[in-house]
Amino acid sequence: MDFYLYLLVMAGSTYLIRAVPFAMIQNKIENRMIRSFLYYIPYAVLTAMTVPAVFYAADHMIPAAFGLLSAIIFALREKSLTTVAVAACAAVYITEGIMKYFA
Amino acid sequence: MDFLNNQFIKGIKAGIPIGLGYLSVSFTFGIVAVSYGFTWWQAVLISMTTVTSAGQFAGISTMLSPGHYLEMLLSQLTINIRYSFMSLSLSQKTDSRFKGLYRWLLGFFVTDEIFAVASAKEHVSRSYFLGLAVMPYLGWTAGTLIGALLGNVLPQRLMSALSLAIYGMFVAIVVPEMKRTRPVVYVVASALVLRCLFYYMPVLKQISGGLAISICAIAAAVLGAVLFPVEEEG
Repeated sequence: MDFYLYLLVMAGSTYLIRAVPFAMIQNKIENRMIRSFLYYIPYAVLTAMTVPAVFYAADHMIPAAFGLLSAIIFALREKSLTTVAVAACAAVYITEGIMKYFA
Repeated sequence: MDFLNNQFIKGIKAGIPIGLGYLSVSFTFGIVAVSYGFTWWQAVLISMTTVTSAGQFAGISTMLSPGHYLEMLLSQLTINIRYSFMSLSLSQKTDSRFKGLYRWLLGFFVTDEIFAVASAKEHVSRSYFLGLAVMPYLGWTAGTLIGALLGNVLPQRLMSALSLAIYGMFVAIVVPEMKRTRPVVYVVASALVLRCLFYYMPVLKQISGGLAISICAIAAAVLGAVLFPVEEEG
């Protein structure tokens, strides 16, 4: 049946993309260039995923922008991931509430 | 079982905000999948076996027409190739006991957000990583199930607010490192500018989001590695 074959292709390819590099590279990479690349990659990839997508994540752009701003302020104070995430959500919730009130 | 130790509990706690953030996305996936004509259990099965947002949304629209297996494979590869780099980066942070079979098993759980939280740690043990995967996996599965069966049960305003959770976590990882290390500021700025070009510029914006993210991230990280190579480990 089509569904299962499709599922196999989708789940299988996604799994291999994740697991193969993880399982095959067991040793510490010594090359300085590659180590530098791997040090920077999390920050690069998380930034590329956040901007500009974050502005379109909520129902409106302005609350989303306040959510991002709130996250940045809490992150600058080195708060925990959970605190920053909650602060972002709360800012969106409050801003959308205010916008509804004045709409 | 020494596998289920303190590290495991720490991981579970760290995974809670990810699990909550996943709810808003997986609700939507459940609702969309059912609206496309999939049954609730098919939607849940897709979520439980694949655990990826953009890949799943693209996948179910390909599934609507029969026989497009190559198209399915190519779209999954381009959308998901970023995971390879995350896995590679993570492979350098795992402790000495996190090897072999454990990597094959736990590699399944390398999602954007699990990677993000794990990579914020100096060393990642297998217990911590397994714990970290628990709440996101439950949230992803349960959200899909609830969305598929009941439709949208959360108020829209709450859904909208929850959708900022994962981005909040990303910010919480990136911003403090920008404070500490100047080169990270340049890497982040280049990734940001590149991604916006790929998002808004004609022609470039035709490239799928997943692939564009990989291209921008790789380019920015290569730039960082060339201009500001990290110190050798003593």
